Amino acid sequence: MNVAVCVKQIPDPATPGSLDPSTHALVREGKLILDDSDAYGVEMALRLVEAAGGGEVTLVSMAPNSEQSGLRTGLAMGAHRAILVSDPALKGSDALATAKVLAAAIKRANPDLVITATESTDGYTGTTPVQIAELLGFPSVTFAKKVTITGSDVAVERQTEAGYDDVAVSLPALVTVTAGVVEVRYPSFKGIMAAKGKPLEELKISDLGIEASSVGWVGAGQKIDEVIAADARQAGEIIEDDGESHNKIISFLEQLKVI
Amino acid sequence: MAISKILVVAESADGKVATSTLENLTAARATGATVEAIIAGDGAAEAAELGAFGASKVYATGDLGGSLLGVPVASAIAGLVAGGNAPDLILLAQTYDGRDIAGRLSVKLDKTVLTNGVGISVSGDSVVVEHAVFGGAKIVKASFTGSGPHIAMIRPKSFAAETGGGGAASVEIVPVPDSGATNGANVTQRHAEERIGPKLDEAAVVVSGGRGLGEASKYAMVEELAKLLNGAPGASRAIVDAGWVPYAYQVGQTGKTVKPEIYLAAGISGATQHMVGMKGAKNIIAINKDKEAPIFGIADLGIVGDVHKVLPKLIEALKARG
Repeated sequence: MNVAVCVKQIPDPATPGSLDPSTHALVREGKLILDDSDAYGVEMALRLVEAAGGGEVTLVSMAPNSEQSGLRTGLAMGAHRAILVSDPALKGSDALATAKVLAAAIKRANPDLVITATESTDGYTGTTPVQIAELLGFPSVTFAKKVTITGSDVAVERQTEAGYDDVAVSLPALVTVTAGVVEVRYPSFKGIMAAKGKPLEELKISDLGIEASSVGWVGAGQKIDEVIAADARQAGEIIEDDGESHNKIISFLEQLKVI
Repeated sequence: MAISKILVVAESADGKVATSTLENLTAARATGATVEAIIAGDGAAEAAELGAFGASKVYATGDLGGSLLGVPVASAIAGLVAGGNAPDLILLAQTYDGRDIAGRLSVKLDKTVLTNGVGISVSGDSVVVEHAVFGGAKIVKASFTGSGPHIAMIRPKSFAAETGGGGAASVEIVPVPDSGATNGANVTQRHAEERIGPKLDEAAVVVSGGRGLGEASKYAMVEELAKLLNGAPGASRAIVDAGWVPYAYQVGQTGKTVKPEIYLAAGISGATQHMVGMKGAKNIIAINKDKEAPIFGIADLGIVGDVHKVLPKLIEALKARG
């Protein structure tokens, strides 16, 4: 069984983000890392391929520059190869254009299963995975908290408002996994060394038959008009715990008539 | 082309319309446009409520069996558009099913989706969707560039749902074009998780725990405190990622938006990803060891201290009150 995993390389979420003053786009400069959300997808893919008795895990990513560090992390975890669509024309792409590029790249890997996170940590539109499924003509099951594959039957526990649903689907299919579903392995030293030699195919959009006019800023179906400061919330009383601060909380709750 | 017709994608459970749908109907009605809704199922149980909140007409897909809603509902909407019945704007809630429908529909109509909306305004033929970035510190206003129908997804709790006092909407069954293999995902069994107390996104009090709790077993303190305050327990992404609690508990950008009367954050530093989901709370209490933690910047009452010391005392004190 072959699995394609969409992975995104993002600025470290621990560092404060900023917007480009002219384009209002998120600044994605400096070191990029593998989105934590995607590490669960990579881990899930590795386990499913192992359980199926063999196959390949292909990482698929898109970036306006040739950033590879996040892909190397996934390869070090055990993924077999990676496809990076890297083209300056992609800068400013909206979610639909991103889905078109990723779907075209995924087709080259001819996977039985596509795994993605439910959404990226930096852009978080949350629509790209299902857009990819529709473009590929695949059924999709989103918000999976458990995935089991027997032959070509996929059983998914899907998060719902009320609890979860058991969902059945046949391969080929796309599944989005929530964070925390599997414990993610750390790349071993051996894995990191092996990753350096694994195939990483870098493509331009022209390699995928995609026109520059349909992606990036020019192809986006949306524009940012303005960025304004939200109503600021003022900090209130901040005290150091002296062993009695719970009483302070009690009085606060009393004052609000909660207790 | 002004925005004269808005289609709200309605969700319901056991015949009761989802609050997020009622919020979107209220927002759609405020634009002055004709408001219609589409719903999975026969729409019979929901027509009165949808009408009361502003829908003049409800398109119903009929029985969809066990299908996940994304593919068939998007197909039905695409069918309406192709049949000359196109709305100018399609509004969905940013929910599990709302996202599935929006993603499918976006490709079927080849239109972009503006997501995570917390505000929407219409003027002439322009639709502006607001979304919060950097933990809610900034609001980005974005609009569609191409022609409609435009598709926008709104985060639950962005508007207050208010009835417009309209009568029951008329129901029209619409065809669901066959989508073949893409509609192959079926629910075989539904599981409701036992929950004591109010739902996270409806509770007046939310007590959330974060990595400062140190280990999974300490989350029990959060649950106990929530129970004592008749509230709901929540969590930061960090401890959901760590597998301590299920995703359903997550408050934040990738989880639920909550707007309780009181939000008590225990051992949560206040990453932007968390703040965007809770900064709308009326009152915020934070307990954290690190006095530089960003959560203190928005807390009404901040305790710089160890949750392992403060929480047990708080729990004991509340218990002592009976």
